[in-house]
Amino acid sequence: MDTLDVRGLSCPLPVMRTKKVLDSGVRELQIIGTGGTAKQNVTRFARSQGFEVEIKNEADGEWTMVLTKAK
Amino acid sequence: MDREKAFLIATGLIIGILAAVLVVMGNPGNMGFCIACFLRDVTGALGFQRAGVVQYLRPEIIGLVIGAFIAAFATGEFRSRGGSSTLVRFFLGMFMMIGALVFLGCPLRDILRIGGGDLNAVVGLAGFIGGVLLGVFFLRRGFDLGAARNDKGSQVGGYILITIAVVLLIMLLSGFNVNPEAGGPLFFSKEGPGSMHAPLWISLGAGILVGFLAQRARLCLSGGFRDFFLIREYGMLLAYLGIFVGVLVLNIYFGNFRLGFADQPIAHTNHIFNFLGLFLVGLCAVLLGGCPLRQIVLGSEGDTDAATAVLGMVAGAAISHNFLLASSAAGTTPWGEAAVIIGIIVVSFIGWAYREVDA
Repeated sequence: MDTLDVRGLSCPLPVMRTKKVLDSGVRELQIIGTGGTAKQNVTRFARSQGFEVEIKNEADGEWTMVLTKAK
Repeated sequence: MDREKAFLIATGLIIGILAAVLVVMGNPGNMGFCIACFLRDVTGALGFQRAGVVQYLRPEIIGLVIGAFIAAFATGEFRSRGGSSTLVRFFLGMFMMIGALVFLGCPLRDILRIGGGDLNAVVGLAGFIGGVLLGVFFLRRGFDLGAARNDKGSQVGGYILITIAVVLLIMLLSGFNVNPEAGGPLFFSKEGPGSMHAPLWISLGAGILVGFLAQRARLCLSGGFRDFFLIREYGMLLAYLGIFVGVLVLNIYFGNFRLGFADQPIAHTNHIFNFLGLFLVGLCAVLLGGCPLRQIVLGSEGDTDAATAVLGMVAGAAISHNFLLASSAAGTTPWGEAAVIIGIIVVSFIGWAYREVDA
């Protein structure tokens, strides 16, 4: 599974980077990022694209999520 | 409708209602809230600019910082962070303020002005959307100021903005005056917009509430248009609608709605520079990742880059009044017009020059 690092990026780069990878046709993607706004925005966008979102880990303001294309 | 969208509308409505009430309580016309104008007044109260009619330590600004800090701290989102082209952000903040003071308002006041019937603000909105679109063009081209880092060790940096806010509040409440013979600092306008204000505790309370809500809703006056153009996400636009409806309905109720271009409160009718002033603001806001309000909220959450952008706005306010760039009800100044055009060129260069190297 590919991993995308969007830690510390200003709005709207976390979503733009996610979109770029999802548009390439991947069905599974791990993303690491920081902050509540990016987490919320990436989650909302991924769901709108038909992905399931699972938060794997969250500590010290850093989170890891896994996006999986819904069947 | 999902909860997130309902919260955005509710946040917008509350802000619109508070803004209309603050005007009735004493704030200048169509200026229940204005991040640019109020930061400028704070700059004046501290004596960094000496335009006698725009000096007041606006409690709304202090409240915004306190409210956003409380919201971030309570939800575990407060974190000291920074290091993303900090000095560039200072200058983007500076130009954002220069553009706002040529238009006479930040994007939030633009909506409030439209809600008061000021059609000059519709021209401003068109310019703002134009600036956002140019920013989106740079984003699509790969604009990136680089990643910030969470501070792993000391969190002290993140507390600087809230500390400044608390110190300012103590100065305000204690009647602090370094040089009473010279009138200050703190300076307080005896006439003009700076002399018009709601009672201190009401302004402070409204600021705290709006700061809290804006942090929770991630309210951003540029983000809504930006995300609509980028990814067809319209949630944030609902918050703008809420602000507009809230302030419009109460303005009509209080008799503060007057449709037209001429004789609007603290506004001028130079269409070209109403357009270009907010164009510059929209462009700066997209490159910074958020509007003036959002920069204050992020700064209060511990984002030292955003706090630096706020200081850039303070510097922009000082420059605007010391160098006669700021407009007034009488109109724009030649210096202000030149500064906006130079600003658009300089900020466009920044947008063009900062591109991600990989990804």
